[in-house]
Formats: sequence, structure tokens, C-alpha cells
Amino acid sequence: MKYALLIYSDETIWEKMTEGERGEVLGRYMALSEDLKRRGQYVLGEPLDATPTASTVRVREGRTLVTDGPFAETKEQLGGFYVVDVPDLDAALAIAGRIPSASVGSIEVRPIPAYGG
Amino acid sequence: MAASDDVSAGAGPNLASAHLEAVFRAERGRILATLIAILRDFELAEEALQEACATALSAWVRDGVPTNPRAWLVQAAKRRAIDRIRRDLSLARKLQALPELEGAQSIESQLESDDPLADDRLRLLFTCCHPALAPEAQIALALHTLCGLTTEEIARAFLVATPTLAQRLVRAKRKIRAARIPYRVPDGAELKARLEGVLRTIYLVFNEGYSATAGERLLRVDLCQEAIRLARLLVALLPGRSEAIGLLALGLLTDARRDARVDERGELVRLAEQDRGTWDRAQVLEGLGMAEEAFRLAAEPGPFALQAAIAACHARAARAQDTDWSAIVGLYDRLVAREPTPVVRLNRAVAVAEASGAARALPLVDALVAEGGLERYHLLHAARGELLARLGRSEEAVRALETAVSLAATGPERRFLTSRIEALAAGRRF
Repeated sequence: MKYALLIYSDETIWEKMTEGERGEVLGRYMALSEDLKRRGQYVLGEPLDATPTASTVRVREGRTLVTDGPFAETKEQLGGFYVVDVPDLDAALAIAGRIPSASVGSIEVRPIPAYGG
Repeated sequence: MAASDDVSAGAGPNLASAHLEAVFRAERGRILATLIAILRDFELAEEALQEACATALSAWVRDGVPTNPRAWLVQAAKRRAIDRIRRDLSLARKLQALPELEGAQSIESQLESDDPLADDRLRLLFTCCHPALAPEAQIALALHTLCGLTTEEIARAFLVATPTLAQRLVRAKRKIRAARIPYRVPDGAELKARLEGVLRTIYLVFNEGYSATAGERLLRVDLCQEAIRLARLLVALLPGRSEAIGLLALGLLTDARRDARVDERGELVRLAEQDRGTWDRAQVLEGLGMAEEAFRLAAEPGPFALQAAIAACHARAARAQDTDWSAIVGLYDRLVAREPTPVVRLNRAVAVAEASGAARALPLVDALVAEGGLERYHLLHAARGELLARLGRSEEAVRALETAVSLAATGPERRFLTSRIEALAAGRRF
């Protein structure tokens, strides 16, 4: 069963970090990704650039509207995600707890339904 | 079911229906747990069991009541489930997502090979109390599946509308299926954390039964008994756990006082004034044994073992004045060290008043008032009013008790507090 692990945290924390601190966090992410790959649980995982780079698209009555910024202003922003393939929710929750940002932000765990499967 | 299992051919409709009702009441949770373990689908399991019960009556009247009615019902429900899976292709597809249940053929063989005597209720309890489900959904699910309470009964007990409660149950069952919340008892380090959640859920059920948060009735004995049933089940299926035994002891000892806690007019009677002769003696004895066992099993007793030990101190006192309050304060000290919540500290302050006098306790209660956080809790103001009254500060006492009345949730509690105010105004001693 596939789960999306959506990583939310206050992106100003990242902005305030020194180069050394960022390198340390990235190292921990790399180690987690490597471990998930070794166990055959890794499907996908990417960081997202900060919300000031976001654009939002809506189509209303046939017209495409593009606006600057994320779709909602929130305290914690979506900063990256993993897609993992594990037997059940407990396994997905355990991985979510190992994501470095879990200690400063929040990880939302959402099952990916297998439609037509 | 083989014909040789039948004790008597052609049981009368009344006998068969009485048997079915008795089996259903006693075994529903266990049968359902077995079916959910196999099918991994709460709704399918419930529907199959319902259909099996509908056929049971006519079959039992025709062929006699089977020697093992539970096994009969499990088998019949399995067959119903297989029929449904075969009939309903979309359901089969849904179930195919589970690797262990690929195709109707393997589902069938799995159903047939399952041991109908296995007890799956512990797994069901852990699934119902999974932290990924909202606390109120955990409670509703446990009461519904394991205790067999109807949606209406649970809704009434928690004073919510039936459709609201029904929706809560449907959402929880869907989440279990969609997010694939596992149907298992966690192991190792995880078990300890998850067990705490299960105990908390049972405790919430008990608490709602014992001190209803609203309404006219002070006690909801039914919920207390369901909580004790769940705790008993947990202790039986997962023996040797201090906190689980402590929770059961706490429930037994507290519930043993139920008849003494309200008088014949339905009014509140405080512990000190209760007729201890009306306490349920057998339940007290069982609770005392459990409380001691919970303490013995833990190197460092947890919150439930400590609360059970406090309840045991009360239970051991033949008269209120025999209560060992300094022992109770000592237990509260340990509880505060584990759980420094305002409510625990308030209870400790009340014990200090009994052990060392109101003058020593009042500053502890005043500190809680100053901190805030409990200002909406009527018992904080009630306790403060009592202490002030004992210290002869009647005017302040009346004001504190009036605040308590305005915050109290149940009729009996409000009337009790009002009677204290009246006594104080009339100049009677407390």
C-alpha cells in the first residue's frame, strides 16, 4: 500500500539556518532515503522550493487564472514529500516519525488509494 | 455445521430464539473480532454476522440448537461473506488490495482454515483504539464492536445525536479500511505506548459513566460496566500488565460505591458520608486484590496502579474516620511526580486537607486558582469553598461555592452544592 508523507514546516526555520546546519539536515534526509530504498519502501521523494516561488492556477468558466503564491497562507508550509510503499499505516507512521522535519514541523500521512487495482 | 453437533432436533421457536439472544449478547464481540480478523473489513463483517443471525433462528428451530452456537454463527457468517464477495465484484476488487486475500478462491480457503475458537478481541481492541482515530471515534468503535452497544445507546450515553454518532462510526470504519490501520497487537516498545492509549480510552468510557458531564443523572452505570468489561477483557487477554490491572482495580473499587454515592432521592452523597455497608463487598475484595497485584507487578507503579492504590485506601477504611490520609497523600505525591496535571494536584490538595488540615491545603488550591487553566472546573471552586468554610471564612466560602454551582454540569451536583451554601448561610458548621 502506498502512502504520501507530506512534510509541513515553518520555512523560515530553514532560511535562518547556517550552511553547516542545512548540510546536516540534508545529510539526514539522504540517509533516510537510502535506508528506505534498501528496504524496498521508497517510491518517490522530493523537496519543494519555498512558497515565494509558488504559483497557483485556477480555471473558472473556461478562463485560466494564475496567481502568485501558495493556495493558502499557513503557519507551516508544504516543503517536500515522500511516497512510500509499506504493508500498513503503522509502518508508514513509523517512517513519518523518522523524517528529520518531524521534530520541528508536522508530517501528514495520506493513503494513496489503488483505484481499479 | 455437522448434524452431529446438534443437541436436539426441532427446538421450539422460543428456545431457539432465547439461545440466539443469549449467544449474541455474550459472544457478539468475539464473533465479530474473528470475522474482522479474516475479512479486514468492519462493515462486511457486521453485515455478514447480521445475515447469519437472521438465518440462525429458522435453522435452529428446524435442526435444533447447535452445541457450539458461536462456532455455528462464525461459520454461517463466513459463508455469507464468501457469497457476498462472489456476488459483489467491486467488493472483491476492493479486497484484492490486500495481498493476503487475492481472489475469492484464496479468501475462501482462508475462511475455511481459520480456527473459529481463536480469540481476536485483543487485536480488535487495539485497532479500535488506534491513535490515528479520533478519541471519540475510538470510544464509539470499542463500545459498538466489542461491547455490542447500538448506535442509539452510545449516542444516548454521550449525549450526541444518533446520526452524528453513526457518521462518526462510519468514518472510523472507512478510515481503518482506506488507510489500512493494521489489525494487530503491536509488539516490543510500541506495545507500551499503544497500551497506554487503549487504557486511556477505557478510562474515558468509565469516567463518562461515573461522572457524567451533563444531564440529570449522576451515574451512568451502564458505561461503567462496559468499561469494566473492556478492562477485564484486556487483563484476561494481555496478562501481567500492571497498568491494565490497575485500571481494572480502579474501575472495580470506584464502581463498588455506586449505590452509596446517590441517596434514594437521587442526590449526591460524598465519600465521607456514604453508608459503607452498601458498597459492593465482592467487588471491593476483587478490586483490592487487583490493586495489590498491579502494585506488585511494577517496579515503578504507573498512574492507574497509583490511582487504584488510592481507591484501595478508601476501600480498606471501615469508617470514613479510619481512612489513612497520610498514605493517600504519599500516593498522590508519587502520582503528581508522574502526572503533574492540575486535576491530580487538586485531588492531592484535598487529601492534604484531610491529613494535615485545611490551613495547609488552601495555599495549594489558591495556587491552582492563580495559575488558571482549571477556572471552569466546578470541583476546584467546590474544594476551595469547603476549605474556606472549615477555616471559618464563610463569606468567601459562599462565593466560591456559588461559582461551583454555576459551573456544575449535573442536577444532583448543583443541588448538593446549593445545600452547602444554604447550610453555610444558616450558620451551621460543616
